Amino acid sequence: MTKYSLSSVNLWYHDFQALTDVNIDIDNNEVTAFIGPSGCGKSTLIKSLNRMNDLIEGCRITGEFLLDGEDIYGNIDVNMLRKRVGMVFQKPNPFPMSIYDNVAFGPRTHGIKNRTELDEIVEKSLRDAAIWDECRDRLRKSALSLSGGQQQRLCIARALSVAPEVLLMDEPTSALDPISTGKIEDLINELKREYTIVIVTHNMQQATRISDKTAFFLLGEIIEVGRTEELFTNPKNEKTENYITGRFG
Amino acid sequence: MSIRVRYESELKGVFDNLVLMCRHIESAIENCIKALMEQDIELAKEVYESDIIIDRLERDIEHSCLKILMMEHPVAGDFREVSAALKMITDLERIGDQAKDIADFATQLGGGKAVSKLEHIPQMATIVIQMVKDGVQAYINRDLELARSLDTADDKVDELFCIVMADLIALIKKYPEDAERAIMYMMINKYLERIGDHAVNIGEWVEYAITGVHPKKIRKTANGKGKK
Ligand SMILES: Nc1ncnc2c1ncn2[C@@H]1O[C@H](COP(=O)(O)OP(=O)(O)OP(=O)(O)O)[C@@H](O)[C@H]1O
Ligand SMILES: [Mg+2]
Repeated sequence: MTKYSLSSVNLWYHDFQALTDVNIDIDNNEVTAFIGPSGCGKSTLIKSLNRMNDLIEGCRITGEFLLDGEDIYGNIDVNMLRKRVGMVFQKPNPFPMSIYDNVAFGPRTHGIKNRTELDEIVEKSLRDAAIWDECRDRLRKSALSLSGGQQQRLCIARALSVAPEVLLMDEPTSALDPISTGKIEDLINELKREYTIVIVTHNMQQATRISDKTAFFLLGEIIEVGRTEELFTNPKNEKTENYITGRFG
Repeated sequence: MSIRVRYESELKGVFDNLVLMCRHIESAIENCIKALMEQDIELAKEVYESDIIIDRLERDIEHSCLKILMMEHPVAGDFREVSAALKMITDLERIGDQAKDIADFATQLGGGKAVSKLEHIPQMATIVIQMVKDGVQAYINRDLELARSLDTADDKVDELFCIVMADLIALIKKYPEDAERAIMYMMINKYLERIGDHAVNIGEWVEYAITGVHPKKIRKTANGKGKK
């Protein structure tokens, strides 16, 4: 089922056009990967999916961004949107507070005060993010005491704590070792049963391992989008072939 | 760019070995038929020796391809090229085995008068040798038309197969005492026909490498054509 449907999307940072006529459908319970050379607009597009670009001055957007059929740039509550659409960044960015408070932060902001309820949410989110076993005994310790890979999974737990429908991940494993990367990839595979996942990655093998659909970007345009297996074995566009086989870039 | 330079040079190694393997197979088929026609046991032995080389080349090529898959993680056209090579060498190796099997019969049939109407068998051999050559050439030169032409060549082989079979049946009826020899010729007939099929498989993998679509998949779903 289609979760996001984007049509004729254009985006400018002041007078620089960063996205040109982007059209893509993002399906439920699937992982969609964005690939392409540096500066081609992957982060720009993924951020626009929960309106993180609103904060950037000089940023102007046109086109249609339907989430479950409703235009997210229309008359909607942005806080509500961010609750439905969580985001995980390239560098883990835990808040300088305890592990527990990091995860409880979102639910608290959304008005949950009941202690047992919070405990349950924290445990479930940490379990879902595959980090519960590593931190169950140190929930009151600072999140900054965790390793990079653990911090990244904590940030995923934090994103999951508000029960989002969509999870956006911008290069979530680029700073991680292969073991932590493997854990996060397994996690993504688990999570797609319940969520819609969009991931930006520079790692072609990662895209082939975890994504169902892949979109290839070049200079602000989507050159090709298709089933991942198809795109990586038989790309339709020569530019895609040249990029993924390392003929340029 | 350096990634591609390494990939291209490793693939070049695979190409070179494939051409070498192809050469050995061509002469194996040629020699096993010659051994049969001229009752030349020495030549039959040479076929055994080339079979050992063919097997070794298969392993070498397989090893190179697996190494490329592991080290280079090829995708798109590169991936198809390497997978096609991996599949093709299995057919090539089987062709080598069949040449060896024919050489076996050549030894067993040694001496005695040849069965009549034999001219069709060398004719089949000539065609299948060309088919193997064309299959490997089509791969190396990414020549789609040549790859697809193998199907037509194989029709000719099948036609000859039926002619030889009919001749042998007639022969058994007429000279029952020659039945044993005739059956051996029938086996050879079958091996040559199988070599044609393996060459067709090679052509299909070449087509997959070039277009991304394996023709057998389409044919099966489209109209159930395609043999076996
Ligand atoms: N806040 C901004 N103001 C002005 N230009 C920006 C801004 N953010 C991004 N850009 C420009 O927009 C283009 C797309 O940037 P974006 O961050 O989306 O690229 P990307 O595909 O994510 O690249 P990378 O793989 O390096 O992360 C780039 O040319 C970039 O310089
Ligand atoms: Mg980026």
